[in-house]
Amino acid sequence: MSGMPDRASGKAPGHTSGKTPGRTPGGTFVGMPAFPRAAHDAVRDPTLRANLRHATRTIRDRRAKAVAELDDWDRLREAGKQIKDHTLRHLGHYLEQLEAAVTAAGGTVHWAADADEANRIVTGLVEATGEREVVKVKSMATQEIGLNEALEAAGIRAYETDLAELIVQLGEDRPSHILVPAIHRNRAEIRDIFRSRMARWGRPAPEGLTDTPAELAEAARLHLREKFLRAKVGISGANFMVAETGTLVVVESEGNGRMCLTLPETLISVVGIEKTVPTWRDLEVFLQTLPRSSTAERMNPYTSTWTGTADGDGPRAFHLVLLDNGRTDTLADEVGRQALRCIRCSACLNVCPVYERAGGHAYGSVYPGPIGAVLSPQLRGTASAIDASLPYASSLCGACYEVCPVAIDIPEVLVHLRERVVQGGEFTRHGAKVTLKPAGGHAAERAAMRAAGLVFAHPGLLRAGQRLAARTRRAHPRTLPGPGRAWSATRDLPAVPAEPFRDWWRRTQEGPGRPERTDGREAGA
Amino acid sequence: MRIALFLTCVNDTLYPGTGRAVVKLLTRLGVEVDFPAAQTCCGQAHYNTGYRHQAEPLARHFSDVFGAYEAVVTPSGSCAAMVRELYPRLGERARAEGRGEALARVLAPVVPKTYELTEFLVDVLGVTDVGAYFPHTVTYHPTCHGLRSLGLGDRPERLLAAVRGLTLAELPGAEECCGFGGTFAVKNADVSAAMGADKVRGAESTGAEVLCAADNSCLMHLGGTMTRLRTAMRPVHIAEILAATEEEPWS
Repeated sequence: MSGMPDRASGKAPGHTSGKTPGRTPGGTFVGMPAFPRAAHDAVRDPTLRANLRHATRTIRDRRAKAVAELDDWDRLREAGKQIKDHTLRHLGHYLEQLEAAVTAAGGTVHWAADADEANRIVTGLVEATGEREVVKVKSMATQEIGLNEALEAAGIRAYETDLAELIVQLGEDRPSHILVPAIHRNRAEIRDIFRSRMARWGRPAPEGLTDTPAELAEAARLHLREKFLRAKVGISGANFMVAETGTLVVVESEGNGRMCLTLPETLISVVGIEKTVPTWRDLEVFLQTLPRSSTAERMNPYTSTWTGTADGDGPRAFHLVLLDNGRTDTLADEVGRQALRCIRCSACLNVCPVYERAGGHAYGSVYPGPIGAVLSPQLRGTASAIDASLPYASSLCGACYEVCPVAIDIPEVLVHLRERVVQGGEFTRHGAKVTLKPAGGHAAERAAMRAAGLVFAHPGLLRAGQRLAARTRRAHPRTLPGPGRAWSATRDLPAVPAEPFRDWWRRTQEGPGRPERTDGREAGA
Repeated sequence: MRIALFLTCVNDTLYPGTGRAVVKLLTRLGVEVDFPAAQTCCGQAHYNTGYRHQAEPLARHFSDVFGAYEAVVTPSGSCAAMVRELYPRLGERARAEGRGEALARVLAPVVPKTYELTEFLVDVLGVTDVGAYFPHTVTYHPTCHGLRSLGLGDRPERLLAAVRGLTLAELPGAEECCGFGGTFAVKNADVSAAMGADKVRGAESTGAEVLCAADNSCLMHLGGTMTRLRTAMRPVHIAEILAATEEEPWS
């Protein structure tokens, strides 16, 4: 799905960001710090906050209107969920059907267990053509596996052709949103990037380029047109793969995808295995829910579908690389597997109050926001600092679940993954059952939870604790030491009352003169 | 009608005024209130932080304490949602772990009869005018679990609108989370504080004297933020507004 950045970030003129936190040249997410640390700076960057606030709220409101137009939205949502769940339950069957159909239509299917294998396959395919450059349709899967970097290492240059991806690539930046990868940039920043960087990659920006959306789009258009007409190899992802016919579908807004899919002689599509749907008919549901959820459009401007190769039209060679990269492991988890329903609409990002304030980069993955917080720790495991912290990057407010067009209960999965982080247990990694140890850094919390559990199991202990707190209340500090400082740095603590409720109740309601108890009934059930 | 008040551990310890208000309000409406002294905690903090297995004994205890009552009323949207939405899930997960039906069976009785306070007033008692008097401008923050898990809708606003003397000011961005989120408030303190500050500034912009909600956990976070931001506004639980009368005004 392709996104126009001017829709969102282009309407906050006059701001020039001094810095975007965590932004490192080279465009990878390796070695990211834990979420709270990454979010720390973003929260304090007023330009980033303004860009994100304006952009997410604009899309959020439009989405709400577009969805409200349909009186069968709830049923479409349920249908989308059911189709995805059914497909995932029988994924092996549908993938084999897909492979047979693609092959019959003249395509070649490759299976990639992980990112390295996928990168090796794609690099080999490009090298076999003898070409040193490729044009790319916006694709989350190729970003997930770091394909551009792998191609670069093999001396092959990959040109991103989606406007927002172009901005990210020229700026040596990282995407911060699924649909609008340059959402953290405003128009002035984009103009500066075009002026200073376009010449290095091809046709320079026109003289005197301003930050009006039309001029920025025209500059990108002129720059990209040369690449479309020259490229012999195109690389894409896909929004859907139809098993019965072997058809791939790309849904986009700009038309750059259509160019990349039709002009080159060789087309290579890298697609996550969960993008499969059984039949053409199933598309009817998603082609309604996806545009409304993502760009708030009734219908997206360009929907491209292709089935293998065709004589005299389009690419001569078509390769489909089916990517696992943690998906089968995710599928093995009863609670977590629902994340694989995701159609990458990014509605959950746009309603998320945490995403709005932390920004997309803090999530340390090409999948930011609530869906990223449940996908990344499943696809990558919870071993790294960032992946172990992502399940906590949510107040569990539930706004994401409410807007999700395939009803992924993101809060449920977040809590489930928190359990995996703190308690460990058995789960699937690279297809095998492994027992995960509880993550480090939770010892104090675990002890506190145990202590609280003990107190709450014994009402007498709770009462003793309350009384102790009440007796010492004048001595309570205004700020807390240690981990408690995280609370008291920005918030006062509540005053402890002189008497907990249960003592008041006992004193006033259970005494001999208690007015409500004149009917002679016993207290308690 | 006789009900059990599940006050919640937070209210019992830190906000006894809310408990006294619930007792006063329900008694005024002819409801007989009992406070089973064995009650402690619903287990929400354990569950949401990833300690599901430690939440189970608390849920069992809750069911033991409240199982025999006709109805359980709690002045907390998130604790009510824990019982109604997540107790069934505790049972499901235990079943999925091969531990059979035992937990689901123990927890089942309390699930349908646990009500959040405003829900109990509007749906069970069928009242929106509770005879309250509160001569102040109030803005209402619908807390996430009340709004999205329980589906309280406009019940709280209808109750507030019927309070004599009360002017209800619409809160901008009302449906957005305040940033409390239990342990989220300390695990992601920066983001939590930023959300809280935005919520408080939004409430301040309405000119209201009082920020009202149906959950003291959220109000603890917002109230703590208010004093740091030096706003003159006060956080007040909806029970305290609904309990106030001309004879016994809120103080």
